[in-house]
Amino acid sequence: MAEIRYIKAVNQALADAMEADPTVFLIGEDIGAAGGSFKATRDLLDKFGPERVYDSPISEAAITGMAVGAALTGMRPVVEIMFMDFTTLSMDMLVNQAAKARSMFGGQGSVPMVLRTPHGGGLNAGPQHSQCLEAWFAHVPGLRVVCPSNPADAYGLLRAAIDDPDPVIVVENKALYAMKGDLPDDREPIEIGKGRIVRPGRDATVVSYGAAVAMAQTAAETMAEEGIEVEVIDLRSIQPWDEDLVLESLTRTHNLVVAHEAVEAFGVGAEIVARMADIGFDQLDGPILRVGAPFAPSPFGKTLEDAYRPDASQIVAALRRTLA
Amino acid sequence: MKLDELARLHRQMLVIRRAEERLKKLFADGLVPGFLHLSIGQEAVPVGVSQALTDNDTVSSNHRGHGHTLAKGVDLNGFFAEILGKATGLCKGRGGSMHVADLSKGMLGANGIVGAGLPITTGSALALKMQGQGNIAVVYFGDGALAEGVLHECLNMAALWKLPILFVCENNGWSEFSPTERQLATSLDKLAKAFSIKYSAVDGNVVADVTTTAARLVKTMRKTSAPAILECSTTRVRGHFEGDRQDYRDGDEIAALSERDPIRLNAAEMAKAGGTPEMLAEIADSVDAEIEAATEAALEAPLPSSADILADVYTKVAG
Ligand SMILES: Cc1ncc(C[n+]2csc(CCOP(=O)(O)OP(=O)(O)O)c2C)c(N)n1
Ligand SMILES: [Mg+2]
Repeated sequence: MAEIRYIKAVNQALADAMEADPTVFLIGEDIGAAGGSFKATRDLLDKFGPERVYDSPISEAAITGMAVGAALTGMRPVVEIMFMDFTTLSMDMLVNQAAKARSMFGGQGSVPMVLRTPHGGGLNAGPQHSQCLEAWFAHVPGLRVVCPSNPADAYGLLRAAIDDPDPVIVVENKALYAMKGDLPDDREPIEIGKGRIVRPGRDATVVSYGAAVAMAQTAAETMAEEGIEVEVIDLRSIQPWDEDLVLESLTRTHNLVVAHEAVEAFGVGAEIVARMADIGFDQLDGPILRVGAPFAPSPFGKTLEDAYRPDASQIVAALRRTLA
Repeated sequence: MKLDELARLHRQMLVIRRAEERLKKLFADGLVPGFLHLSIGQEAVPVGVSQALTDNDTVSSNHRGHGHTLAKGVDLNGFFAEILGKATGLCKGRGGSMHVADLSKGMLGANGIVGAGLPITTGSALALKMQGQGNIAVVYFGDGALAEGVLHECLNMAALWKLPILFVCENNGWSEFSPTERQLATSLDKLAKAFSIKYSAVDGNVVADVTTTAARLVKTMRKTSAPAILECSTTRVRGHFEGDRQDYRDGDEIAALSERDPIRLNAAEMAKAGGTPEMLAEIADSVDAEIEAATEAALEAPLPSSADILADVYTKVAG
C-alpha cells in the first residue's frame, strides 16, 4: 500500500497501461512536455516518447474522431479533454461515431478508446470550466461512463477503461486531484459496472459518485451522532450502474437519497430514482430524494459557487425529509 | 493505358453502376428502407483510387458511399443484403446504405454525418503510421464537407504530423440542393496551399486519369507518409437522394451530364485501344449476372430478428 494523490494515480494507470500494451497511446492538448493542464501525463512524454504521447493542437473534434479511427485500426487511444465543458466539441465523434460503430456495423470490431476529462467546481473556474455533464454520456447507448471518487479507484477504473473493448468516458473530479489515498500494491483494474458500499448502515441509503461520495460520508457521520445509521454507496460506474447493489441496499434500509454534484434536473439521480420507484417500490418507507446543483449555470464568484455546489448539509436535509 | 487495364476498370465501374441502377429500381418498388443516395456518374473516382490500395489500407466514406465500398472489394451479396436491411447484410441489417462497413477490407464505414469520416480517417492514418507497415488511409468526402470545421482541424493535423492520408474530394458542384459556389468562399487548392499539403486536381470522370494520379500520390505517400489531397471534379446525375425531383437544377445541365458519363468515356478509350463492342457486351453480361444473383439472394434473405435489438451495443455485457 502506497499513499498517492488522485492525479498521480491517474498518471500511474496511464504509465502502467502503456507499459503493458504497446497499442495504448495518449492524445490531448498540452499533455506532452507540459504534462497536461492538471499534470495527469507528467513525465510520460519522456518515458514513452512522442510516438506514444501526442501533444495535439486545440482540435477537440479531430482528436476525438482520430481516437475513433485509430481504435478501429487496432490501437487503444486515450484522449484527454482538458475540461469536461470542452467535450461539447467532441460530441459528434462520441455520440454518432464511437458509440454506434460496433452496433451499426453489425458487431464488426469495436472502438476501444478512452476519453478522460475532469468535471466539477470548487476552483471558481466559472460556467464554462466547471460543468458535470456525465448524464449526457450515460444517455447514449454504446458508451460507458465511470467516475472515480478516490485515488485507488482513479487507478483501477482507468485501467479497466483502457482494457475495455468499447468506448469509455472516464470522468475525473478536478477538486479531487490533490486528494491522497492508498493505492493497493497489486494495482488491479476495477470492474466497470460494480458499485461499492463505503459505509454500511441500516436506516437509509445514500447513492453517490465522484466528489459527492465524501459529502455523503460526512452526512452519514452527522446522522450517526443522532443514532441514525446511513449506508453510503459509491457507484464508481454510472453507465452501467450497479442496480442490484442499490436495490439490495434499499431492501435493508427502505429509504433512499441520491446525491451528485451535477445539476439535479434530468440527471443521473433521476434515472436511479425512476428505476428504484419501479423495481424497489414495495421497499420504500419514504420519498426518494435527489441532491444536486440548482438549475443554473455554475457561477464564478466564491460565495455564489459555494452556494451552488451541493454539500453534506443538503444530504442531511434530504435524509431527514425521507426519514420523517 | 492498355486495353486489359481499361477493361478491368470498366468492369469495376459497371458493377457500381448496375448495382445502383438495380437499387434505384428496388427503391421505386418500395423494397429499400430509408434514404438512398446514388453515386451514378461518380464511379470513376473510387475505382481509380482503389487501384492503388490493398485490404490493409483503410478508407472511410460518406452518405454517397456505395461506390467507395464496392471499389474497396467488399462482398456484393453482403452489400445488397445490407442495403435491403437483411440479417445477412455486412452489418446484419443494422447500418443500411449510409453505414455500410467491412472492417476486414479496411472499409471503416460510410457515414451519415457530413465530414465525420475526416477525423476518423486521420486517426486511422495515425494508427497506420504507428504500425509502420507502409499502409495508408483514404477519406472520400464531397464538396459540401469543405464547409465543415473539422476538415480544417484534420488538414492541419495531417500536415503537422505528416500522416499518410489521402483526402479525396468528390466535387460534384452540389451539396443537397445548393450549388457549391453558395457554400464556400474559397477552394480546396487554396486550402491545400494554406496547410502546405500536396494538391492534385483531376477530371474525376476519366477513370484512367484518376487511376494514374492516385497511384502516383499513394506511391509517394507509402514512402514519405505525408498527406495529399486529390480533388476530382465529377457529376451527380441523380437527385440528392432517390425521390428528389431536382427541380432546383437546370434541365439542360442534367441532360448534358451524359456527355461526361465516366463509363461512356472509358468505353471510348477502350475502342481507341482496340476494344470491340463484343468485349463490352461480355463485360456487361457478366456484371449483370453477378448483380442479379446478389439481388435475388438479398431479396430472399431473412430480416433481422427483433430478439437481437440489444446485440452488439457493447462487446461484453457488464455485470
Ligand atoms: C453534419 C450534417 N449536416 C447536414 C447533413 C445533411 N446532408 C446530407 S448530405 C448533405 C450534402 C453533402 O454534400 P456533399 O458533401 O457535396 O456530398 P454529395 O451529396 O454532393 O455527394 C447534407 C447537407 C448531414 N447528413 N450531416
Ligand atoms: Mg457535392
